Amino acid sequence: ATAAGPERLGPWCSPTGSPAPLSCETGCGEGSWILVCRLLVPTQVSLLSMEEDIDTRKINNSFLRDHSYATEADIISTVEFNHTGELLATGDKGGRVVIFQREQESKNQIHRRGEYNVYSTFQSHEPEFDYLKSLEIEEKINKIRWLPQQNAAYFLLSTNDKTVKLWKVSERDKRPEGYNLKDEEGRLRDPATITTLRVPVLRPMDLMVEATPRRVFANAHTYHINSISVNSDYETYMSADDLRINLWNFEITNQSFNIVDIKPANMEELTEVITAAEFHPHHCNTFVYSSSKGTIRLCDMRASALCDRHTKFFEEPEDPSNRSFFSEIISSISDVKFSHSGRYIMTRDYLTVKVWDLNMENRPIETYQVHDYLRSKLCSLYENDCIFDKFECVWNGSDSVIMTGSYNNFFRMFDRNTKRDVTLEASRENSKPRAILKPRKVCVGGKRRKDEISVDSLDFSKKILHTAWHPSENIIAVAATNNLYIFQDKVN
Amino acid sequence: MFTRGLKRKCVGHEEDMEGALAGLKTVSSYSLQRQSLLDMSLVKLQLCHMLVEPNLCRSVLIANTVRQIQEEMTQDGTWRSVTPQEAGRAPLDRLVSTEILCRSAWEQEGARPAPGLGDGHVQGPVSDLCPVTSAQAPRHPQSGIWELDSPREDRGGFHKSLDQIFETLETKNPGCMEELFSDVDSPYYDLDTVLTGMVGGARPGPCEGLEGLAPATPGPSSSCKSDLGELDHVVEILVET
Repeated sequence: ATAAGPERLGPWCSPTGSPAPLSCETGCGEGSWILVCRLLVPTQVSLLSMEEDIDTRKINNSFLRDHSYATEADIISTVEFNHTGELLATGDKGGRVVIFQREQESKNQIHRRGEYNVYSTFQSHEPEFDYLKSLEIEEKINKIRWLPQQNAAYFLLSTNDKTVKLWKVSERDKRPEGYNLKDEEGRLRDPATITTLRVPVLRPMDLMVEATPRRVFANAHTYHINSISVNSDYETYMSADDLRINLWNFEITNQSFNIVDIKPANMEELTEVITAAEFHPHHCNTFVYSSSKGTIRLCDMRASALCDRHTKFFEEPEDPSNRSFFSEIISSISDVKFSHSGRYIMTRDYLTVKVWDLNMENRPIETYQVHDYLRSKLCSLYENDCIFDKFECVWNGSDSVIMTGSYNNFFRMFDRNTKRDVTLEASRENSKPRAILKPRKVCVGGKRRKDEISVDSLDFSKKILHTAWHPSENIIAVAATNNLYIFQDKVN
Repeated sequence: MFTRGLKRKCVGHEEDMEGALAGLKTVSSYSLQRQSLLDMSLVKLQLCHMLVEPNLCRSVLIANTVRQIQEEMTQDGTWRSVTPQEAGRAPLDRLVSTEILCRSAWEQEGARPAPGLGDGHVQGPVSDLCPVTSAQAPRHPQSGIWELDSPREDRGGFHKSLDQIFETLETKNPGCMEELFSDVDSPYYDLDTVLTGMVGGARPGPCEGLEGLAPATPGPSSSCKSDLGELDHVVEILVET
């Protein structure tokens, strides 16, 4: 359902001080998007501040010339808002997690509302070496999932290829002072000098955010973990690798239940792998997983301990006129997401995003073309391996708009109600702070108009694989290599 | 290119030739492109195994692609889409234009459930791999040509068209032979190979380049003959006759 693409929808705005209305309420699809801030990972921030003595806050909220400090370790590999949208977590290839916090509203700096600043940074995973297999285990963070907040602290799960960790992120703004046995620097006092006893008191201190690993769930996956999903019971979660899915209890780290196993007895017969998995947002017994053959299986854990037999099987019949040697590869699903309502699932394959109704298994109810102009380039994309890129997809808070990434730092939004779509670009060259993003267009053939870009000019090394949408507002986070862009709808 | 006499004989002949040449070109282009896709995939798989820990999903997808190509190449060697009756019925008509050719083949195949690899299966990679034929892709010309390119029926067709070529060329100087086939890729470039291949009932098998897969059809008889000659020679030496 590729619409011509609106040049610009009427910009809509929110009353000052309250969350912006969602698109479904205003009837607009994508609104007009403005760039709020572009964030660099903290190593770059510190490098720059050392060399140029620039205020850290300014770096986060301004636009710098290209310093090219980016290293491969800084490539963002996952982005996730927490359940209130107050926090935004990113994971990168270097195993680091960076959490950004939304700027609080204040009367003095009303224009800063909606900006995110660094809240906490920690090294979640380190590179490991599997001595048995003589293989290095990458520290790259594949996924981050937040737990719902139950007390003052924040909890999130982060995973690399093999190990899932539960991190607690908490604030400390008071410090005990007046110990008897230690002095203020922590050195032990000579007991002979202690003549009186006192009760230590808590005194305010500069806010410190600390992250501590509370659980480590290891040694349960032979293959690479591609998904984690927190269950709606908040007591369990699942981790999925290429061939198996395990169910964990947050309190138990030395045991997990295997609930799906598609490993064939003879590995030479392997033709299909698991690509993504997710729990239903409301029904704690239900989950889905997608495969490299473009199928989705919905399973009910009440049916049996090992959910190898699915309850529902979603597959679209193949279009014979489009059949090619690349058909299977481009049908491989790279991401699956339940809608917030729990009524639909969305899947992303190489060229399209599809929305499925849980009650209809034989075909999706909606199909959106992300970049169909690539269909004639599949052979080249196979040659340079781009055809194996795994794009993610996200719902907005009201399930009315879906978003996914593409190449050339383009990302696409589709309004399910109006059937309109827009292509936007996350790039430094084209973005000024607070300026409205200009919709982009790819020219497929024939005459290229002034602002269009031709298919052959697309930069396939600039891919938007990871995006996130604020749970209740029209704020989106887009990861482009080592840059994190935050966009929001235009506010008066 | 052709003598006036020939043109008067059959008005549509030139189109026939172009159709046949285009057919030859697309057939060999397609098989070459498919072969290169197969080679590329095998290289990717080998690289996979050399990497520290290969991405299993990627490996599985590439392996499945290799399997598809192998299956198709196996089937093409023995697959007959045209029945003998139809082959006898004016194959020249089929060469009039590749569209008609493939349309009739497609319509035949449309009803029959293909063994996992229908005509449409062939169309896709050609449109990807052969920009030359992309205009024809919606009509599945390659599938039609490929199916008719099976030994029995198509040989008749080719034979006839080649006969016509040689008829005309007898009246011309030998130099124009190269002109005829200048655009056609080898092995059809070599007329001898083509002729012996046709007459000998064999053509270069599509699976020649494929490791571990027996060729569906024997190689050109000319090379077989030379092989046999060598073998005789070797045997002679061995038995010291």
